Amino acid sequence: MEVPILKQGLYLIASIQSALTDADLSALREALIERVGKYRARGVIVDVTALDVMDSFAVRTLRDIAHMARLRGAETVIVGIQPEVAFAMVQLGLTLKGVSTALDLEEGLAFLDRQGRERLDRVQGRGTRGGTTRG
Amino acid sequence: MGAPPVAEELLVAITSDVDVVSARQKGRELAAEAGFSSGDQTVIAAAISEIARNILMYAKRGEIALRIVMNGDLDGLIVVARDQGPGIPDVTRALQDGYSTSGGLGLGLPGARRLMDDFDVVSIPGKGTTVTMKKWRRRHAS
Amino acid sequence: MAAKGKDPQAPSLDPQAQSESTAALLRELVAHLRQNRTQLREEWARRITRAQLLTAMTEEEIFAEATSVYDNYVEALETGTFEALQAYARNLSERIIPRGVETHEVVGIVLLLRDVLARSLFGKYHEDFDKLNRILDAYEPAANRVANTVAVGFVQERERIIRQQQEAIRELSTPVLQVRERLLILPIIGVIDPQRARQLTEQLLRAIRTNRAKVVVIDITGVAAMDSNVANHLVQTVEASRLLGATVIVTGLSPEIAQTLVTIGVDLSEMATVGDLQGGIEEAERLLGYKVVPLEEPVPKA
Repeated sequence: MEVPILKQGLYLIASIQSALTDADLSALREALIERVGKYRARGVIVDVTALDVMDSFAVRTLRDIAHMARLRGAETVIVGIQPEVAFAMVQLGLTLKGVSTALDLEEGLAFLDRQGRERLDRVQGRGTRGGTTRG
Repeated sequence: MGAPPVAEELLVAITSDVDVVSARQKGRELAAEAGFSSGDQTVIAAAISEIARNILMYAKRGEIALRIVMNGDLDGLIVVARDQGPGIPDVTRALQDGYSTSGGLGLGLPGARRLMDDFDVVSIPGKGTTVTMKKWRRRHAS
Repeated sequence: MAAKGKDPQAPSLDPQAQSESTAALLRELVAHLRQNRTQLREEWARRITRAQLLTAMTEEEIFAEATSVYDNYVEALETGTFEALQAYARNLSERIIPRGVETHEVVGIVLLLRDVLARSLFGKYHEDFDKLNRILDAYEPAANRVANTVAVGFVQERERIIRQQQEAIRELSTPVLQVRERLLILPIIGVIDPQRARQLTEQLLRAIRTNRAKVVVIDITGVAAMDSNVANHLVQTVEASRLLGATVIVTGLSPEIAQTLVTIGVDLSEMATVGDLQGGIEEAERLLGYKVVPLEEPVPKA
């Protein structure tokens, strides 16, 4: 099953609709990395609200997406991980280290906007703003 | 253990990555039927996903059997994963975190073991591997 | 309860006749206990007081309960059915457990009753030793079963109440509080076992989602001890919360717990910790972009 990827401004939004096979996940990774360059995207959101389980392959693919996208100039945020899924993930030992997460699409967009502003500040040498930052 | 009442067994053949998805979905459905919480259903589905993928990666094909058992005031879900693959030369090592011969995360077996209550691996090199894992839940006293 | 012959038709051992005679003896026995009800009941209540049992109850109460127990006891002997007695034992336990009556007291009083009644049988039949023996043969198994029923009923009721209380405590012991928009506080008090840790995590994760929380302060000032299992659970809770997009701040780690954690080598490097709950809330507010200013002082102009 192919995952639809929407382009919204500088961001790409991949919204997973149903359970994915390993092949589907790999296809998603390739499609996203290709489009980051094509659309010169600055941010990627992967919405996993519809996933009722995430195993090591899914988590590794998401982590790879984030790392590869960063190499191509886009920040990735994973949104919509369900409470039960999160708990099962940490019990499995999968914590998505180094990958940003947010509650839902709205929060993910806000996160990317904030990241974008901070990057702009850094580039323009305005120094750090007050307000919130999360590692 | 004697012979607890056994419901019918659900068998899922594992020959491609689509089967991994269907095995974990069937496991989740069965767990829901047996009254496991949605948290436990997710945990069971994740464990099945890990061992089903292990079959695919190391043995190419195999099967997963699912069934519900009752034992005293406990309900259990039993998952048996069987393959006729090359077998695991060192089971103890394969159960250690970070050990992988496939370049993966090495979380398959140890991860699944952490998720389940009982976990047992029998492997004969050249003959195949059988993983048996169980999750229990206490039936609510009326 | 009748004798169990291998072959019910065997003529030499006539179990039917035997059980009939047991029934007759029990009838005689019951009649005796009914006749002497007042006196035996008083003797029993006296001995309960003397043995300093049921000290949580007044003498009138003891006498009233003794009367009920006595009548139920005799009825169980008479009918050989124990359902009524079981129900009564449960009901009695329900009433006396909250008053602090202990298991040994309940066992003690039913054994006393058995003794009082046995003494009275000795008194009545002491001249006919053979009859006394047969009466006791009929009485003892029934009396033991009655004692057993009452004691087991009490213990079961006690266990039920304890289970109920444990569940109530569990529910109460993990309140997830929203103190501000998007800020949750989870104060943990008491002993954390794996089951509670699990429940706590599930509850917190659900609360993060429903309250759309961005920061959570987990305060463990009220946790006396922590082993590596519980510590790892705490780490998992923090990680799972992050997967939902929330930052966790842990506060109130006691010196003992801090020492234990470092000694057993639990990796808490990923965890944000602040000394006390107040500091934790301040840190959380800072993360959320709040600034708390006293009302009296004028807000400085930007």
